[in-house]
Amino acid sequence: MYDVVIIGAGVTGCAIARELSRYQVKACVLEKCEDVCCGTSKANSAIAHAGFDALPGTKKALFNIRGSEMMEAVSKELDFPFVKNGSLVVCRKEKDLPKLQELYDRGIQNGVKDMRIIGREEVHEMEPNLADGVLAALYAPTAGIVCPFGMTIAYAENAAVNGIEFRFDTEVNAVRKEEEGYVIHTTRGEFRTRAIVNAAGVYADAIHNMVSGEKLHITPRRGDYCLLDHTAGEHVARTVFPLPGEYGKGVLVAPTVHGNLILGPTAVDVENKEETCVRQEELDYLLDKVGHSVKNIPIRQVITSFAGLRAHEDSDDFVLGEAKDARNFFDAAGIESPGLTSAPAIGVWMAEQIQESLQLPVNPEFIPNRKGILNPAELPMEKRNELIRQKPEYGTIICRCEMISEGEIMDAIHRPVGARSLDGVKRRTRAGMGRCQSGFCSPRTMEILERELGLPMEELTKSGGESKIIVGINKDRW
Amino acid sequence: MLSYDIVIVGGGPAGLAAAASAREQGIESVLILERDHTLGGILNQCIHNGFGLHTFKEELTGPEYAARFIDRVNELGIEYKLNTMVMDISSEKCITAMNREEGLFQIRAKAVILAMGCRERPRGALNIPGYRPAGIFSAGTAQRLVNMEGYLPGREVVILGSGDIGLIMARRMTLEGAKVKLVAELMPYSGGLKRNIVQCLDDFGIPLKLSHTVIDIDGKERVKGVTVAQVDEHRKPIPGTEEYISCDTLLLSVGLIPENELSRGMGVDMEPVTSGPVVNESLETNVEGVFACGNVLHVHDLVDYVSEEAAAAGKNAARYIREGAKRAEQAGCVELAAEGGVRYTVPKYIHTDRMEEKLTVRFRVGDVYKGCYICTYFDDTCVKRQKRPVMAPGEMEEIKLQKQKLEEYPDLKKITIRIEKGGE
Repeated sequence: MYDVVIIGAGVTGCAIARELSRYQVKACVLEKCEDVCCGTSKANSAIAHAGFDALPGTKKALFNIRGSEMMEAVSKELDFPFVKNGSLVVCRKEKDLPKLQELYDRGIQNGVKDMRIIGREEVHEMEPNLADGVLAALYAPTAGIVCPFGMTIAYAENAAVNGIEFRFDTEVNAVRKEEEGYVIHTTRGEFRTRAIVNAAGVYADAIHNMVSGEKLHITPRRGDYCLLDHTAGEHVARTVFPLPGEYGKGVLVAPTVHGNLILGPTAVDVENKEETCVRQEELDYLLDKVGHSVKNIPIRQVITSFAGLRAHEDSDDFVLGEAKDARNFFDAAGIESPGLTSAPAIGVWMAEQIQESLQLPVNPEFIPNRKGILNPAELPMEKRNELIRQKPEYGTIICRCEMISEGEIMDAIHRPVGARSLDGVKRRTRAGMGRCQSGFCSPRTMEILERELGLPMEELTKSGGESKIIVGINKDRW
Repeated sequence: MLSYDIVIVGGGPAGLAAAASAREQGIESVLILERDHTLGGILNQCIHNGFGLHTFKEELTGPEYAARFIDRVNELGIEYKLNTMVMDISSEKCITAMNREEGLFQIRAKAVILAMGCRERPRGALNIPGYRPAGIFSAGTAQRLVNMEGYLPGREVVILGSGDIGLIMARRMTLEGAKVKLVAELMPYSGGLKRNIVQCLDDFGIPLKLSHTVIDIDGKERVKGVTVAQVDEHRKPIPGTEEYISCDTLLLSVGLIPENELSRGMGVDMEPVTSGPVVNESLETNVEGVFACGNVLHVHDLVDYVSEEAAAAGKNAARYIREGAKRAEQAGCVELAAEGGVRYTVPKYIHTDRMEEKLTVRFRVGDVYKGCYICTYFDDTCVKRQKRPVMAPGEMEEIKLQKQKLEEYPDLKKITIRIEKGGE
């Protein structure tokens, strides 16, 4: 019998797991995919929003501001990449200037600090590659960029170190209410628990509706993105948004914490909760739109495109807290933007709710700090050579685009909640994320996975499930 | 700090030939840095034959061709370091490299020969819509898995792009028991050598559809199929021509990109058409004493020409070392211009005083030309018209320039190479 089962190992589920591990709790995270960070958390804008978008009084506004304020400290405590690079909402038409003011006023109401509306001259000086037509901008210096994989993995690892279990490839089929709690039926057996946290992303409505009469409805809202190579990473220094529209914050242009440039997202409501395919018309729209805010984007430097699904709930706000008609069933549903920014705050708040309800004692052995995978490239030459003497694998480069060594890949595999697939290695080390998109390093990374996990090559996957990389050996049908 | 006269970055066909040539010119202090665990580069996975027809007048496999040069490098006692990644080269030719035995270390070189080769253009660079499942490989990655590791990457295959590696892999996958259903090529002509179309597709009954591309990839976990459509003259898919082809694998052979991250880092000027360095008659870049050859300079289709070009780079680097400060001040320099269907030329500049008696100028054309002429202009004077039955973007062309001829035009500023149609 668990005290708490968290459904979903995205950034929200992992943040809740980590905050919950501050208490003495027997808890488990169930994830239908093979790793953490496999859904919306891996395919988003990677922005820590300042907090002027959400309407005052909404949970989105509240948790965005709290999350934004926590982000820097959490990123240090858990050692994941975060840069407070500031954001600009750019305005191109005289008649739209009041909208900029409206955003500013909303930001003030929400409690965003240090915002300014700046004029043409200053904004172009700040960002020389802004489109010529930009007249003014709302500048929010508290906005930042974050590595969404790094953040989710950091939360998961720290949760695991503090005693939270993780079960992958475990999909929830049904939830039954019982006297003392719940029974969760999954593809890997039953789990009994006193409390449930529903952090199931685009599936959070389905999970909620298994136990509650007050139905939720989530629409997957797909967003397509393009990622450009490092050579384009300095095209803008700040995150550049257009004025927001009906479907969200619009198509942004932003640097990433790893020095790439990201363009996106578009916004299309879809039926299928697995529809993470990129569409030509969306890419065309995206590449056209970005030109309205930023000029001369080196489109030829695109190294990949991808799509993510926002979990848009009909109420247009986060659904947070205990369901009215299901005791100890806690929702973290409808977590779309600013969900990544809000995750640290949602984690803390949700853990408190659960603690109150279950009366969990404080965990005296809680370890608040986590150190990320060592990045030898950040070491001075002597230190790096000392490291290579101790573990020569740090001296062998496997991913030549991102200069990732065998030692780092081995670390990624053997960490708590370690990598078990090519994508798992990629999200933890960036091996395969560069300009050749794993053309050179994937066979070598596969060898390392095979060796370190003791898995036969035929069983290795790109990202779990049926995503096997090879189908057999030569002439095996002859 | 280690110090060498010539350091060669890359131990593939270009690096090997450059090293041998430099040593034969009398330079003792030569070092090859190779990131893989053997010399030979990509040739090691090219187990098909057809290499060496020009160089050795016989048909060799890739590993055999490489072995000839590796043997030569060993006979000459040239030093090399394997499993060694070059991390950075400064504009002062200080090389930072790393391997597991020595860790991170630096080497000072008097001359550097860039021979890093190229990489394959990935799916992402094409912006092909659809899912991102397992089963999408660049042709070279699949080639490595099949030929080096003995694994079968897929059983039902569609190949996008008709570059040479894609064509070779169509045959290779067929021989390993896979069914290659189609090769789709965006352009109205193939990007590969004619002989590969005949020997790798026609001989095995594999269809090649020109002016076709993949417009969607189906399958969330592993590829389930692709949608192929015909494209118009602007390379846009034509509605109504879509065809779904079930398959578990999509191979991409959609172009090669010279790997010039190190070159850019040391301030070498680049030619946007080739994505390789701009070089002069000595295959020297704008950074003095830094030479380039092989696929890092421009993508070749025959390794024989890589070897030839690399030998020239090695010789020129040796001369640079020998002459040192005594090297003649650069006299007037002639610019080569690519026009009328010629996409680029290597080299781009010629210092007449430094050129050999005969200089090979290599280039590619931008379209298929039948019965046309390669015309060479010295300023406004047409000095040569050479008829070619067929020229295609997939086949590199060359002309020879005679030093003597250039010297007859002392005021020569520009040599233009262009394709002209019929008429004598």
